[in-house]
Amino acid sequence: MVQTIASIGLPIDETLKIQKNRLVPHNQLKGNEKRISIVTGTHGDELEGQYVCYELQRRIRENYDFLTGIVDIYPALNPLGIDSITRGIPGFDLDMNRLFPGSENGSMPEYIASRITEDLSGSAAVIDIHASNIFLQEIPQVRINEFSKETLVPLAKKLNVDYIWIHSAATVLESTLAYSLNIIGTPTLVVEMGVGMRITKKYGDQLVDGIFALMKELGIWSGEVSEPKEPIISEDGEVSFINAGSSGVFVPSIQHWKNVRKGDHIGDILNPLTGGISETINAETDGIVFTLREYPIVSEGSLIARILS
Amino acid sequence: MEEKILFELDSLYRDNMRIKGYCFGGGEHSVCVVGAARGNEVQQVYICSKLISILEQLESQGKIKNGKSVMIIPSINPYSMNIGKRFWSTDNTDINRMFPGYDLGETTQRIAGGVFRNVSDFKIGIQFASFYMQGSFIPHVRMMKTNFEDIELAKDFGLPYIFRREARPYDTTTLNYNWQIWETKAFSIYTNATDCIDSESASEAVNAVLSFLNKQDIIEYNCHEGYISKFIEGQELVNVKTSTAGFFIRRASVNAKVRQGDLLAEIVDPYSGKVIDSICSPVNGIVFFHADQPVIYSHTPLYRMIPTDDLG
Repeated sequence: MVQTIASIGLPIDETLKIQKNRLVPHNQLKGNEKRISIVTGTHGDELEGQYVCYELQRRIRENYDFLTGIVDIYPALNPLGIDSITRGIPGFDLDMNRLFPGSENGSMPEYIASRITEDLSGSAAVIDIHASNIFLQEIPQVRINEFSKETLVPLAKKLNVDYIWIHSAATVLESTLAYSLNIIGTPTLVVEMGVGMRITKKYGDQLVDGIFALMKELGIWSGEVSEPKEPIISEDGEVSFINAGSSGVFVPSIQHWKNVRKGDHIGDILNPLTGGISETINAETDGIVFTLREYPIVSEGSLIARILS
Repeated sequence: MEEKILFELDSLYRDNMRIKGYCFGGGEHSVCVVGAARGNEVQQVYICSKLISILEQLESQGKIKNGKSVMIIPSINPYSMNIGKRFWSTDNTDINRMFPGYDLGETTQRIAGGVFRNVSDFKIGIQFASFYMQGSFIPHVRMMKTNFEDIELAKDFGLPYIFRREARPYDTTTLNYNWQIWETKAFSIYTNATDCIDSESASEAVNAVLSFLNKQDIIEYNCHEGYISKFIEGQELVNVKTSTAGFFIRRASVNAKVRQGDLLAEIVDPYSGKVIDSICSPVNGIVFFHADQPVIYSHTPLYRMIPTDDLG
């Protein structure tokens, strides 16, 4: 059943609606069913979650009798951003994921954020699906703020991702949807996978397998599920960053999610005007490349890769 | 006057981006003024250009006090200004959300780091800032509550109001916040223009900074001392929102004194021309801020009022 959780009048004959689809078991609800919420589309250029929302519902409908809890699917927290290929909220140029928990009496984006927070609150788990951005390609992973690792790591291990990154707390991240929900006791897992403006079907299918495993763990699904893969789990100290030292066109010489040894050639930054190589980039450590530059144009400082030691 | 390149970024196909500082006087690093951090902050650069021009003249007349120095940085984001974009030209990040910066980080972290290295040892920092919503303010000094803010010192700008609000998590990466944490007395000055030049409001800002420098014994300058500033806390302001969308027809401007029930604005249906909502003041007070978009969404804060019965 499609429900509208926030509605905003736009000036010229249009209403902006934030909607969710609620799937409930066929049998009469007892009132104590658990709820899982799948949210995505906070950033309008991140589309990987769109396929997940579709595929999850398709598989549930195929075996609907196994549904024993509530599944809420929010495919577009930022509909105007998705429509206009805009990462932030068009008209405000605000990053929606820096506005939570929002404010009932605030501006339009803050009001929407408050309605979303309120609606998600109380879920047994929230899966907040992101797709990196247009610049970087990410292996399916869950990112967890260290303050909530005790609660979230056991849930994240069910999600069938390759990697769980427990990162240090930063005050600025306290305005994210995940932080705002975790702090009020609604366990929220941030998934990053793929790349902006694209859908990587393989990753979507992998995550949907994991969502079913988590639903089973929470008592929301009684059907068969696949055994989630064992993820690599690490903290900040084991992640090293490679940033561009000069501007140019980055051409990688390695594949994503492959092992590298210290000194291995990661790629080159080229100068098409002069025909020269501005920078040769080599791995400074042994490890596995879990983030790799996707968008070729780089400036000094642009992230090229993250390597997990 | 000495022109210094504080930070320079190479580019594949564009001219290098240079962040320049204009330095006056010598000795202790007394006051640093930063103009535009975003590409649409034209008024902020304009104000800096006026300050540079006057300080150059004062310096030639020997009117900068011995042992004091002032640095003006008109723009820390010229690349975005030159393409008419508010945030960073490639990845749309906000340099004013990257402080204190990181020399080994992403591009805008490096820019912020390069700027902060050059400004963090000044005793006083002044930033000409802009609001995320299009609109006009009564000129004021704005401060975040960090326990390092200095209200008394802010009065030396002689602007009508000093406004203090609670710091939110996303404020912790602004220049103003980091200046304060690193023990620089920091002030943000808001005027009523951003992406256009408003000469009158610019003159008010220039006068405020020169008056401040004069009172701090940094320059010798005869000017109007301005107002006896009133201090207001963020939570004292009353927000007036609209529940309907449409054309926003403003009926009251900043600084207007209105009584409870007075008409502030009308919302007009953009197709039928009918007035679909009348926005009235919920309090006796003074208009501190108003939005100025021609069309507005529902749930938009249109006005912020300073409640007062002292309406002259």
